[in-house]
Amino acid sequence: MKEPKIKIRDLTLFYGEKMALNSITIDIPGNEVTAFIGPSGCGKSTFLRTLNRMNDLIADVKIRGEVLVDSLNIYDRQIDVVNLRKKIGMVFQKSNPFTKSVYENVAYGPRINGISDRKKLNEIVETSLKKAFIWEEVKDRLHDSAMGLSGGQQQRMCIARALAVNPEIILMDEPASALDPISTAKIEELIFELKKNYTIVIVTHNMQQAARVSDLTAFFYLGELIEYGKTKKIFTTPDKKQTEDYITGRFG
Amino acid sequence: MMMKRINKITGTLFISTTAISAFFIIAVIIILVIIIIIGGKDSFSWEFLTSFPTDGMMKGGIFPAIYGTALLVLIMSVAAVPFGTITAIYLTEYASEKSILAQTIRFAVRTLATVPSIIFGLFGLGFFIKFVGVQMDSVLLGGQLKWGQPNILWASLTMALLTLPVVIVSVEEAIRAVPREMREASLALGATKWETIRRIVLPGSRSGIMTGTILAVSRGAGEVAPILFTGAAYYLATLPVSLSDQFMNLGYHIYIMATQSSNVDLTLPIQFATTLVLLMLTFILNLTAVIIRSHIRRKAK
Repeated sequence: MKEPKIKIRDLTLFYGEKMALNSITIDIPGNEVTAFIGPSGCGKSTFLRTLNRMNDLIADVKIRGEVLVDSLNIYDRQIDVVNLRKKIGMVFQKSNPFTKSVYENVAYGPRINGISDRKKLNEIVETSLKKAFIWEEVKDRLHDSAMGLSGGQQQRMCIARALAVNPEIILMDEPASALDPISTAKIEELIFELKKNYTIVIVTHNMQQAARVSDLTAFFYLGELIEYGKTKKIFTTPDKKQTEDYITGRFG
Repeated sequence: MMMKRINKITGTLFISTTAISAFFIIAVIIILVIIIIIGGKDSFSWEFLTSFPTDGMMKGGIFPAIYGTALLVLIMSVAAVPFGTITAIYLTEYASEKSILAQTIRFAVRTLATVPSIIFGLFGLGFFIKFVGVQMDSVLLGGQLKWGQPNILWASLTMALLTLPVVIVSVEEAIRAVPREMREASLALGATKWETIRRIVLPGSRSGIMTGTILAVSRGAGEVAPILFTGAAYYLATLPVSLSDQFMNLGYHIYIMATQSSNVDLTLPIQFATTLVLLMLTFILNLTAVIIRSHIRRKAK
């Protein structure tokens, strides 16, 4: 078995005095889709945000333990957070385009990486939008404001924007929760395509979605990792009673 | 039953009291504006706006006062807007809410906003002219008097101090209106904090910076006390051409004509017309600021 892409060891997180994550240990393999499921407030989103250190932005957060990406502890003092986030892209629950054109949104990442050559940028924008299955819909309105796109298009554009910096890992925080079924289906199809080249970690409260798109599923409850394994197994023969209760809809 | 009736009467009484007070305020403004318009309309003309005063300021126009006021607020903005914006960025983006430094700055900004404007005038005289100006003269010009006396630069900088709180508060509000999601999106793409501020936060608060500037300009255009000792002139035959020149100013001009003129009654129409110009100027500036600000608030929601 190959080395896991992300190894989390004994990760504990406090918001002030309140413990939000309790000693999580988990291995996330490369080029697969790993889903985090669990009821609201179980810590799954918080956990996702520890993987690219987005929790650094919140005051009063204390983190113990290790997150090793390619065997490098990202909480090590020598780690450059900015570079880390280039390697680990993120797609948010609510699509959050900049109030700029579609083109400028996607070109934002490459630009801050110092790419200013117009031809190169055009190329990156086009391939990123193609990878996110949205090129055909926006190719004639690249220079219109991204705010004019539909919710589903905005979210796929945000995925294209994340792809444009060429990350290895993509974290998705309930990427389809605000979308209609058709847009959701498109995002799921996209996730399926992307896993060939990227490692994907997705948080979802939609169990059917987890069952459809993921290879592995982790069930969180009250800040603890209850069960983790192959998605098929978690959804058919879970080991723990709590997992079974949640999946069969008895609570949550 | 009795209680109910008493409640009803006090209720009606309260509503009528508030309505009367509100009406009173509106009436004062309307009467004020009407008096100024009636008094000034005959003297108000294109020529009045574009010509110099004549006959010992008893006839002619107010062009140098308009020009001086415009120049004053321009130099003031150049000083106050960048400085205020940088302070606002520090307060909203870098300083932690609870840090002693940030709280001290906030306290200073609030205090600055309540200091009487004449104090700014005295401060400008003491600091800019008597200290900075005199030092500059002795170091740069070997004691020859150039900067150590009132001029438009010192007046503008004094005015900038007065309007700084307005700029800081407006820009702060605009920066806070930029959604957190957009900052996160930028940071998640590997942008540094500064890149996020420069490329996302500042462009997003452009209209707030604009509002702050306009409010500051409208305040600066109407204030007289800060420039009284620092640069405003009674009468000048030429327009200011250098930062070390003195200047004429609309508010100061009204004051002079109302108190120092050899024939106050004769200049009354000119006083009214000048007041009308100043009032229109500040009204238009404030209106623009209000429109931009309501636009920002709507966008923030």
